[in-house]
Amino acid sequence: MPKVHVQTNINGTDMDFLCEARQSLLEVLRDVLGMTGTKEGCNDGNCGACTVILDGRIVDSCCVLGVEAQGRTITTIEGVASPEGLHPLQQAFLEEAALQCGICTPGFIVAAKSLLDREPDADEGRIRHWLAGNLCRCTGYDKIIRAVLSAEDIAAGRGDRSAASTGAGAGAADQRDVYND
Amino acid sequence: MRDFEYVAPTTIDEAVRLMAESGNRAKALAGGTDVIVQLRGGRFDIDRLVDMKKIPELNEMSYSEADGLTVGAAVPCHRIYEDATVQEQYPGLVDAAFLIGGIQIQGRATLGGNLCNSSPSGDTIPALMALGGTCDIAGPNGRRSLPVEDFCTGPGRNVLQDGEILVGLNFPSPKANSGAAFLRFIPRNEMDIAIANAAASVVLDDSKENIVSARIAVGAVAPTPMMATAAADGLAGKAASEESIEAAGEAAKAVASPINDMRGTVTQRVHLVGVLTKRALRTAISRAKGE
Ligand SMILES: Cc1cc2nc3c(=O)[nH]c(=O)nc-3n(C[C@H](O)[C@H](O)[C@H](O)COP(=O)(O)OP(=O)(O)OC[C@H]3O[C@@H](n4cnc5c(N)ncnc54)[C@H](O)[C@@H]3O)c2cc1C
Ligand code: FES
Ligand code: FES
Repeated sequence: MPKVHVQTNINGTDMDFLCEARQSLLEVLRDVLGMTGTKEGCNDGNCGACTVILDGRIVDSCCVLGVEAQGRTITTIEGVASPEGLHPLQQAFLEEAALQCGICTPGFIVAAKSLLDREPDADEGRIRHWLAGNLCRCTGYDKIIRAVLSAEDIAAGRGDRSAASTGAGAGAADQRDVYND
Repeated sequence: MRDFEYVAPTTIDEAVRLMAESGNRAKALAGGTDVIVQLRGGRFDIDRLVDMKKIPELNEMSYSEADGLTVGAAVPCHRIYEDATVQEQYPGLVDAAFLIGGIQIQGRATLGGNLCNSSPSGDTIPALMALGGTCDIAGPNGRRSLPVEDFCTGPGRNVLQDGEILVGLNFPSPKANSGAAFLRFIPRNEMDIAIANAAASVVLDDSKENIVSARIAVGAVAPTPMMATAAADGLAGKAASEESIEAAGEAAKAVASPINDMRGTVTQRVHLVGVLTKRALRTAISRAKGE
């Protein structure tokens, strides 16, 4: 099967690449374009490590084909920091020590960025719900949630509210407690 | 996985021709959250993947009182639950679209893909059935339409013939004093496969005290999602009371013929059908009352 020529825009730059129809956008980013910031965890849509923003929506790039990028706009982790410095989320992840091995971090940051771009004051419950498609095997999540709350404060030029966060998983009701009527 | 040809037709006729040409060696692509994962896992081997997302009719979502709601087969879940009209008129559909995967999956996954994947546990299917949805299908022999409850024929199997595609789903506009709800049971709060799910819709009389008619559908407890017809018919003419809800929940268990697997046992699943049906009915009734 001949390779397909795809024209797309990644992190504000027009790009062309050749790929096979069967290659995922994740494979194209990492193996064709050498953009290895986007990570592969599960390769089946469950872990969110491969999260990118496609035409304004977060998607798992392992569940998108490279050929589907034709004519679309993509933001990856490489496009999150600006020449002036780190994005508030990146700064907050460092300050709150919201990572250990770091494999999940690009996915969490890209996903959280798309939330804060829409809802700069999202509360803890909303953040936990939005990030339910991102898995982390190291941190236990609380530090990540604290970092996102702290990033909201940095972006808004406020004092840090994250210390007050309980990490109790507010928002979603725990269905296990309500198994019976 | 072996490489294949990717095509992105822009008309229904072209899509049907491309699908028909390759017969069972072609697959449709909507959001890809099932089919890309299945291809990679070697579930099947294809020559051609036909992307449905460039066809305008399949991206349409429109509502009118006369024609109800039409949702194109390529409309992703987020467009459904973020739509103000759908939120107001079809909260049961919002329940279902909002439950699929996480935000990343909802950016791509479609109702059409959920239905065409025809998994016994497909989460939106009972909701589509309870809302009285119909499937609009195009194929080499023209168009046909059929009720959602007649679409799935077994695990991963449905009525679509080679060359046929789902164009969209249509839902009648909600009757006065009606309401619907969908819910599922999963061990986690998000991102899991249902152990059981249930959807209910009810129409109340003008006093809002009595049930005129109801539809109940349950999933993950049989080879296909099932209508619980006897349970629903038993509600017609009854008071919209806890006693009626209780009886319908018990009656709905009769359609469950589940399996034991790593996610749940037969006993648990049958129990859950009763619990979920009752809860779906309570929410549907309270929505019908405008509460
Ligand atoms: C991490 C993760 C979480 C998930 N969570 C859930 C969940 O909570 N509940 C749930 O029910 N499912 C879940 N799924 C499964 C999947 O996301 C859903 O079934 C989804 O609705 C499929 O839609 P899609 O548009 O991505 O379909 P696709 O993968 O594009 O297609 C699915 C099937 O339908 C066929 N098809 C698609 N469109 C058409 C058409 N127009 N005409 C004919 N055939 C067509 C395809 O050929 C394929 O066989 C999950 C999947 C992942 C990866
Ligand atoms: S690698 Fe894509 S979701 Fe895990
Ligand atoms: S830091 Fe290791 S997976 Fe999250």
